[in-house]
Amino acid sequence: MHPSPLLLHIPDGFLSIIVAVVCWVITASLLAIAIRKTNESLGEKQIPLMGIMAAFIFAAQMINFPVAGGTSGHLLGGALAAILLGPWAAMLVMTAVIAVQGLLFQDGGLVAMGANILNMGLITAAIGYGFHRAVLTQSRRVKLTVAGLAAWTSVMAGALATTLQLWLSGTAKLGIILPAMLTVHALIGLGEAFITVAALGFIMQTRPDLLGESSASALGGKGWILAGIALTMIVILLAPFASTNPDGLERVATDLGFLQSGQSAPFEIIPDYTVPILGGTPLSTVVAGVIGVIVVGLVIGATAIGLRKK
Amino acid sequence: MHANLFDRYHHTEGPLHRLEARVKVVLTVAFIVSNALLPDGAWTAFGLGWLLVLAANALSLLGLGFTLKRSLIALPFALAAISSIFSTPGNPLSSFPFLGMELIVTDAGLLRFASILVRSWLSVQAAILLVAVTTFPDLIHALEHLRAPKIITTVIAFLYRYLFVLSDEVIRLLRARQARSATLPPSVSPHFPRKWGERKRGVVWRAKVAGNMVGQLFLRSYERSDRIYNAMLARGYQGQIRTLHPHTLTRRDWTIGALTVLLILSLQLIGR
Repeated sequence: MHPSPLLLHIPDGFLSIIVAVVCWVITASLLAIAIRKTNESLGEKQIPLMGIMAAFIFAAQMINFPVAGGTSGHLLGGALAAILLGPWAAMLVMTAVIAVQGLLFQDGGLVAMGANILNMGLITAAIGYGFHRAVLTQSRRVKLTVAGLAAWTSVMAGALATTLQLWLSGTAKLGIILPAMLTVHALIGLGEAFITVAALGFIMQTRPDLLGESSASALGGKGWILAGIALTMIVILLAPFASTNPDGLERVATDLGFLQSGQSAPFEIIPDYTVPILGGTPLSTVVAGVIGVIVVGLVIGATAIGLRKK
Repeated sequence: MHANLFDRYHHTEGPLHRLEARVKVVLTVAFIVSNALLPDGAWTAFGLGWLLVLAANALSLLGLGFTLKRSLIALPFALAAISSIFSTPGNPLSSFPFLGMELIVTDAGLLRFASILVRSWLSVQAAILLVAVTTFPDLIHALEHLRAPKIITTVIAFLYRYLFVLSDEVIRLLRARQARSATLPPSVSPHFPRKWGERKRGVVWRAKVAGNMVGQLFLRSYERSDRIYNAMLARGYQGQIRTLHPHTLTRRDWTIGALTVLLILSLQLIGR
């Protein structure tokens, strides 16, 4: 009865070796920083705590709720972990969760694990904490609203990163898979947002000290705000641009040398068989993305207010 | 819940079980990397790779079809790879419209799709076999010997150790929800019509309940971690988990490891 959350656990065989190695390098460097920072700021007591928290995230992913048509929503947990434990500890915790899912349950591959940790653990934690850090001193309602936004954005960012890695590996066609992944995860992200907001609301009510001023969740530096904003901007700018104009992105990637030369050839053999540009200018798609984020923010805000009334 | 529900270890007295865990980890990763490096349509090499998996199955004494039976786990992800049929350069075979796009099926595209599935299928079998013939604590020690950061392996060890406990907690929470927070679905409600003014329990409400349960699980876990730490201190915990296993590499481990690496390398030579 272990959970298999989302379509984000990339199995082995789906990533090219170059993409897999590059992701491992990024993941390993971020983890090296996380380990150093955690060793600096936390005592030996924190290691058992992080272990239990990793088990908590793993177990929390089993708590699901029926949505419709036999599907169910549940938690990924990166943003929630970052808000509760602080960014660096959350990254280590999520790494452990994803490592066990890959090692023990083959939920995600071993060589692809670097990418999986990056997508589901590191990016989600950075966004989750970045948002939270920005509103640390604000009211409870603002904090909860922003936490919901962070949770939704973190899932979208994870989906976007996964899609880009599959595409750069030559496994997927961007024009098909990106809109599909983003649509599905926009809904999954709503579930993530609701659960995160409700869980945080519950904890704020029962143990406010755990999220107080001296807690781990308040220790991160202000740089996280920038990191969160930067990652979110990438999602807002890149996702609509890529879904409406995948050829453009393909050309950019080819020009910059990201796509292997073997893959760039087809676009000369088969010219322009792809998507009509739906929205017109890139500007309009960017605006659409921003509006999307605002709408989700309003929905989550309304829920947060509803929760508060209780 | 039974304590070994999550355990994927299957005990036999097979030669593969006796192989040092480090060697098994390295060989598994080498095999997966080798699959990723093989070009599309390297069917001979893929076939020989499968023979290697079969041989490993045989050496595990778990039965030739052991990994085969469990290998379909990555299949749902194949959905994502279907689009490679249309995105790979090659001779167009046919085309059809899809959501305003003209999708062109190419021979190279079909070849890539089939190759991705085979690579993934072979790789997942190697990973399944690894955890079936290695106990999880041994696996963690192997990762430590292979220079994985201590703090991460320790967190993983804790995660593994307390996963059972917290899963029990989750099962209790889920059972309590089932017992107490039921609502009547509209289709069976004629005998029990919803009272006027009673709120409809929608998906948002269900999500909120799930979220509250996550919050509660967090608090229980947090408080439990305090107790666990105190108990560990009382027993002399000094910041590391100890093991009684020597974890030494014997000559047999080196020989088997080196031979298998050679086999994997020859797969590469055949496949190119």
